[in-house]
Amino acid sequence: MSPATTTLDRRSFLKLSTAVGGGLLIGFRWGQAAPPSNAAAFQPNAFLSIAPSGKVTLLNQNPEIGQGIKTAFPMIIGEELDVAWKDVIIEQAPLDTDQYERQVAGGSGAIRSTYPTLREAGASARALLVTAAAKKWGVKAADCTTANSTVTHTPTGKTLTYGELATAAAKLPLPDSVRLKDSSQFTLLGTRVRGTDVPKIVTGQQRYGIDTKMPGMLYGAITNPPEHGQKLGKVNDSAALRVPGVVKIVSWPDKVAVLATNTYAAFQGQAALQIEWKSPRIRESSARLSAAFADAIKNGAGDTKRKVGNVERALQNAERVIEATYEVPFLPHAPMEPINMYADVKADSAYLLGPMQTPANARRDAARILGLPEDKITTEMTRIGGGFGRRLKTDFVEDAVHASKLAGAPVNIVWKREEDMINGGFRPAGLYHYRAGIDAKGQLTAWHLQSASVTSRGAVVPNNFPNGAVPNFQVDIHHVRTDVSTGAWRSPNHNVCAYLDQSFLEEVGHALGKEPLAFRLELLRQAETAPFGKVDYAPARMRGVLEAAAKMANWGQPPAGRFQGISSHFSHHSYVAQVAEVSVTDGRIKVHKVYCAVDCGQVINLSSAENQCEGGVVDGIGCAWFGDMPIVDGASAHTNFNSYRLIRMNEAPEVETQFLDTGYPPTGLGEPALPPASAAAANAIFAATGVRIRNLPFVHTDLKT
Amino acid sequence: MAQYTLTVNGQARSVEADPTMPLLWVLRDLLELTGTKYSCGIGQCGTCTVHLNGSPIRSCSFPVSAAAGQPITTIEGLSAHGDHPVQAAWQEGDVPQCGYCQAGQIMSATALLATTPHPTDDEIDAGMSGNICRCGTYQRIKAAIHLAAAKGGAK
Repeated sequence: MSPATTTLDRRSFLKLSTAVGGGLLIGFRWGQAAPPSNAAAFQPNAFLSIAPSGKVTLLNQNPEIGQGIKTAFPMIIGEELDVAWKDVIIEQAPLDTDQYERQVAGGSGAIRSTYPTLREAGASARALLVTAAAKKWGVKAADCTTANSTVTHTPTGKTLTYGELATAAAKLPLPDSVRLKDSSQFTLLGTRVRGTDVPKIVTGQQRYGIDTKMPGMLYGAITNPPEHGQKLGKVNDSAALRVPGVVKIVSWPDKVAVLATNTYAAFQGQAALQIEWKSPRIRESSARLSAAFADAIKNGAGDTKRKVGNVERALQNAERVIEATYEVPFLPHAPMEPINMYADVKADSAYLLGPMQTPANARRDAARILGLPEDKITTEMTRIGGGFGRRLKTDFVEDAVHASKLAGAPVNIVWKREEDMINGGFRPAGLYHYRAGIDAKGQLTAWHLQSASVTSRGAVVPNNFPNGAVPNFQVDIHHVRTDVSTGAWRSPNHNVCAYLDQSFLEEVGHALGKEPLAFRLELLRQAETAPFGKVDYAPARMRGVLEAAAKMANWGQPPAGRFQGISSHFSHHSYVAQVAEVSVTDGRIKVHKVYCAVDCGQVINLSSAENQCEGGVVDGIGCAWFGDMPIVDGASAHTNFNSYRLIRMNEAPEVETQFLDTGYPPTGLGEPALPPASAAAANAIFAATGVRIRNLPFVHTDLKT
Repeated sequence: MAQYTLTVNGQARSVEADPTMPLLWVLRDLLELTGTKYSCGIGQCGTCTVHLNGSPIRSCSFPVSAAAGQPITTIEGLSAHGDHPVQAAWQEGDVPQCGYCQAGQIMSATALLATTPHPTDDEIDAGMSGNICRCGTYQRIKAAIHLAAAKGGAK
């Protein structure tokens, strides 16, 4: 990346275009800093302040959910500011859509979209500090350098700290342009930095939303329908109201909240409720859905999401046609911190505090419910105990708002684990039918995927590899309606499609007698040099991670008794390839190790980046291995961790990660390491056993043969 | 409702509670020691782990009536300055992602090291597989336990 100079307009609310990050239009609210608490403090923008004492405060605008943003965002500001990292204080900013853009935890898009803005925030502040020092000394700014929160006049060696310069810098006008660093000049980005909140986490001092305690606050246990599609009927709360500690019981469409002086009393009251639920005409079941999926694929019209060439003709002309049907189940999100939210609704205002992935949506929905303008609602984010997509929804925020309004008191609502396992909204279940055509020369000439799923968008990734490498390529979707609620689940669509595409591709390669890595590289060469249709990924970058993962794993020469599987996937603008080392003994799977090669452009925090990859691999393999949520007689078959199985330490593989230095700006990393992991493991299981697992989870397939 | 005197982190604390109230809710809601977390409520995930008489228990499934009169240690009381070797190792290894399960993980790890000062990988797996980390930080947890063991974490 070359150094970039950006021109800054001093007027606030100006959108400016920048050369950084591929010429994206970046909104930057200059001059709209929060009112200074200390008039002498230097607060050039909403991202940082420097006090005369030398205290540097960097603000994190986005929700922290474990992705490490509360450390990564300040690192980006701090890099351009040349700040002494050990003295930095990091604070969580509230929701403020005038000051900040995209205050969202989701879509692995935060770093990619906000990187230029944060760099400019740091660089412009640094420029003012240098100007202040140069003025004071009567020297040229060009002769000054910065490091460790200090400006140095290089010819004389004179120094002034940022704290000493803060008051003078605060009086200067913003610069017309700032020069950003070349990535070769980075001293902070790409290094390992410990998570901001880790000292508080390991001592029990870190507050999550569920830990909120406020004067006069009631604890609220939320009851949702026990079966999918049910509506609330009569509520008999007389027994519940007799539970000591229960204060009030309120309800609104399809919800009941028991409000009490402590959580246990609220749960006891909840258990004592007698509720009549009105069931839908058809009680949903996974068996009905599976049959409906198969029928839709066989008889439905479908909706074509991608079409290159003529698949039907190519299949008719093919020497061989390879077919396979895959099925994936619903999956709950199951974040460790149960669903909770605090709301304090007053007549003309409201205060929201809690674990939201989309705080702006939360405020919007609260305003709608209360009939208040959004500016009457103050919204603050707590550190979030995991989400995996669950807290992109605002259903629980609505619960807190309704409960507080109806109770006339501040309320912290909580969903028992069981409530979320039933009603949290699942990763969509689906059935996927593949056909591949092979011509007389042994070339892959046709690729046809038909999906049937419970979402109207089809739960497919229609433009991914091997698209571009096959002359006739088509993806059709079929939509089957259900009462089961679904939602975005970490790496939506990709989490399924990487498994499917990378497994079926391996089936095709096996049928052709091709070595798995060589087959992929051959197809990528086609997509790179003579693509069929539009290619939305960069084949060379995909090849780069595949070759790196293969090298890391010593591909083709696994340790004795272990078998290898390879997989790669492009998502959230990043490329990941993995090699899994697996053994299968008496039908029992052991995933020993996963090698993970990543091209996500510039790495921000190496420790956190590695952690995301380690966790993504464990999550991807764990959920493919054990994750299942059958629907039986309208209800979720699993309601807690006694029967819903999550991967545990004794099952988790060791993960070794390598980031490729490709010089690109940073792209997503919270999600991209997850999708390829399940297929790498499944391909290794095939290498070990000859069994191709086409129905998830793995545990449903008997490998004792 | 009954009156109980609990010894939490070396301090005598008096509470009035339903005898069936799990220790978890006594700690969190009555004593406002929120470092101990709720997650599954049925003793399956280890998130709520505290020490009773030095042994790990799942506080979500342990009634207050059975805990009275015995020393209870929570994450807040594990060390005076947050410098127990296990806490230090967790910091050095930058273990957490979301961090929500980590108090329970640390309480299980300290209990493991108290009985097995230098555990093997298999012993760590056996001692820690009752604790779920949904973010998948198991590799770092394991490394941190080894690090704490090397630095005398059995204290």
